[in-house]
Amino acid sequence: MGDGPGWIRQAAADGQLVVSAGGMWTIAGAAALEQAVMGLEPEQAERVRFDLSALDRVDTAGVHLLRTAAHRYQAAGARVDFEGISAQMKPLFELVADNEGRGPPEAPRRNPLAVVIERLGRSTVEAAREVLVLLGFVGEVTVAALRYLWRPHRFRLVSLANQIERAGLNAIPIILLMTFLIGIVIAYQGSVQLRSLGFEILTIDMLAITILRELGVLLTAIMIAGRSGSAFTAEIGTMKVNEEIAAMQALGLDPVEVLVLPRLIALVIALPILTVFADIVGLVGGAAMAVVTMDMSTTQFLVRLEEAATFAHFMVGLVKAPAFAFIIAIVGCYEGLRVSGGAESVGQMTTRAVVLSIFLVIVADAAFSIMFATMGI
Amino acid sequence: MAGEAVIRVHGLRNQFGEQVVHDALDLEVRRGEVLGVVGGSGSGKSVLMRTILGLNRPRAGTVELLGIDVLRGDAEARAAAQTRCGVLFQDGALFSSLTVTENVQAPMREHLRLPRQLMDEMAALKIAMVGLPADAGPKYPAELSGGMRKRAGLARALALDPEVVFLDEPTAGLDPIGAAEFDELIRGLQRSLGLTVIMVTHDLDSLAAICDRIAVLVDKQVRVGTMAEHMRDMHPWIQAYFHGPRARAAFAAAGTPSGEGS
Repeated sequence: MGDGPGWIRQAAADGQLVVSAGGMWTIAGAAALEQAVMGLEPEQAERVRFDLSALDRVDTAGVHLLRTAAHRYQAAGARVDFEGISAQMKPLFELVADNEGRGPPEAPRRNPLAVVIERLGRSTVEAAREVLVLLGFVGEVTVAALRYLWRPHRFRLVSLANQIERAGLNAIPIILLMTFLIGIVIAYQGSVQLRSLGFEILTIDMLAITILRELGVLLTAIMIAGRSGSAFTAEIGTMKVNEEIAAMQALGLDPVEVLVLPRLIALVIALPILTVFADIVGLVGGAAMAVVTMDMSTTQFLVRLEEAATFAHFMVGLVKAPAFAFIIAIVGCYEGLRVSGGAESVGQMTTRAVVLSIFLVIVADAAFSIMFATMGI
Repeated sequence: MAGEAVIRVHGLRNQFGEQVVHDALDLEVRRGEVLGVVGGSGSGKSVLMRTILGLNRPRAGTVELLGIDVLRGDAEARAAAQTRCGVLFQDGALFSSLTVTENVQAPMREHLRLPRQLMDEMAALKIAMVGLPADAGPKYPAELSGGMRKRAGLARALALDPEVVFLDEPTAGLDPIGAAEFDELIRGLQRSLGLTVIMVTHDLDSLAAICDRIAVLVDKQVRVGTMAEHMRDMHPWIQAYFHGPRARAAFAAAGTPSGEGS
């Protein structure tokens, strides 16, 4: 069996056109063969014979290209006959002939402006619908939670403890490190800026207010959204892909009760606790920086801090924590349950969950600010 | 040309921790045959397939695939041998982020530089060859049924017109009608394309209907033979397998001379 590269050529003989092809007509050389086929200049002829007796080896790609060549002669008005197909190759030619030219119908060309407008409309409707469905999910979770009030013994304590450990306890080191560094940054920036105005001492007020009211709880929530919210979506989403959720429903278990509630309650418990830690360590970080750069004694700092860090400030921050936890857990679980299909969907929904929950947390923070301002706290 | 060995496995030993899966296993697969591979759960059917494909490094032995040493040959030659093989994994193992057409084109894109139109035509041809409707091309794997996913996986396995095709439980999870159709499809393609097929299966109907020879994995080795030869084998597992009630029904349906040896 030879394995020279494939070739094709045409020659006129006694008023007939003969196209002969030979060598290897396989997919490995398909790019060159396609060029050879497209390079043929079909001469006018009533009848064209395709002599294939010199073919060494041929596969589906080769047969397809030979038939493409034949179609070009047919398009030029000739009748094409294949000759010299060995018995061994015959079934292959038949197989390709049976299955060729059944490509998917071409999508009609559309006005690009219409496509853009349609996409905009679709995503708007989709977004509006998602708000409704998310609210529906909140209702579903609330009903499931109320059911526990009737039957508290059914509450899944082990699952809850497990979730608190994973979402709360294991997050402590990274949250402590992060808020400590933020405390340092605020104290440093504050002292540099306020020194030029002569109010260096107000650095401590600024530190206490920003950490306690805003940054302690906000940064903790963002970290938890990235850490636990994404984990909720990925876990529940993978269970959905594996049909575990369907199995649960078939066994009469409510996925909201089994999967969502323990995660939700765990976060509502863990996030305020983490916020308290974050507040303390943030102040410690700021204090460390202040004592080093502001040549102020630790005692002076503490006295000033006691005046600045009021209980009201602390509570304003802490009160937001359960609300943020609720948003993160609901969005994380909701997007997880929305996974459909395969691995790609899990990734997509996880991204959505993190982006959406951080966005909603910040929206909620803004709403809280307005509310506290109106209340004068 | 028939009778030439495309796969030669000699003295193969596979071991995971303390557990020996294969020991001094020899196997030859001839060009153009359909070889069924059977064995109890955990007898190492999939491991054997993965070893031949070079996806699993054995403890000892040699594996030759299309004349190339899979274990010690240079990387380029091994890659070339791999492009001459197609694999259908259980449930298709399609790339879920690509459409069926893109799945079929993935090996072409990776190994060849073909014009786009030709790739589209080839993909449409392969999709039609495995019996999928033309509108399956732009669909994603998640939108297909299990049987269609298997067909799409087969189309991808055939993308580069391989000489050897490995099928891992091709009919598992299909209804009997679908399974019979799939058997027929494999047999038809095998004849038309001149394929060598190695098929891991538990489906006795497939074994009886399309396999030329059967490799039975017992006692960490393989025993290869035709159905009739296995019927005469006195090994207890082989006896239980080929003389069970299901086996008898399958062979009766296929018209295999099951009474010949017993």
